[in-house]
Amino acid sequence: MNAPVPAGVPILRLGNVLVTGLLDELDDKTARAFTDELTERIATEGPAGVLIDISRLEIIDSFVARTLSELTTTARLLGARVVVAGMRPPVAITLVELGLALEGVETALTAERGMQALGWYHGSQPPERGTR
Amino acid sequence: MKMTDEVVAPRRSRPAPRTAPDPVGPSNGVPGVPFDTPAVHEVRTEEDLLVVRHAVRAATLECGFSLIDQTRVVTAASELARNTYIHGGGGTMALERLNRHGRSGLLLVARDEGPGIVDVEQALEDGYTTGAGLGHGLGGARRLMHEFRIHTEPGVGTTVSAIRWTER
Repeated sequence: MNAPVPAGVPILRLGNVLVTGLLDELDDKTARAFTDELTERIATEGPAGVLIDISRLEIIDSFVARTLSELTTTARLLGARVVVAGMRPPVAITLVELGLALEGVETALTAERGMQALGWYHGSQPPERGTR
Repeated sequence: MKMTDEVVAPRRSRPAPRTAPDPVGPSNGVPGVPFDTPAVHEVRTEEDLLVVRHAVRAATLECGFSLIDQTRVVTAASELARNTYIHGGGGTMALERLNRHGRSGLLLVARDEGPGIVDVEQALEDGYTTGAGLGHGLGGARRLMHEFRIHTEPGVGTTVSAIRWTER
């Protein structure tokens, strides 16, 4: 297996969570490289969770939806929980009309809430008081 | 004493030069420039898919679509362009701005000379796929647009036309 080509989006490690995101202009090659790299990192580092920020995505078509679904399933099979965070409201509306509900993909309104869901808390603030 | 107006005036009367050459078509990302003739974009590479997306986004802005409608149209265009690229073996996407009873609309025409669709009804069903998608592309694109027409002939090619109109 060749070393994965860096996909342009850094994958950061914060404790037992990997934090990353998707860029708006996801093409086939980039999506594959990103999936490979993330899978590799999950396998070698064994994080409990993965946060994928998608607040940059202006649209999610069936191709991007499939990429997200597959990433989530692969991560789960390797023992990591994925939270997809930051979907824009128009994107959510369009996805539903498109007939895609991203079944099985856990989501959060913001990256901060996603991190909370994965066990991270901001300072000493109670999580439910956190501002958006 | 000389008037400096002479220097300024002719410059004003001359048409403003285009600051940048337009790489794909008259509609591409130039705000305020209407396109009455359809802008035709090639759909033959992955990069073309992104170029088409940008062009459609720019066109929806010119048409005055709301943000949600922009997202609907760009998403539908992305599905159609990807179908053209993957199933049709490449083709074109034409964008045309329409006007009907004071409402503006955007017509997308995705055309390929691929194998054609054998069973159109089946292709429009959710979950039906022959490729790498989720099988919601064609049916989903139809739901995102107001008017939707498929013309296909096995061995000749497929043309999908779709329109969305702005709200009042």
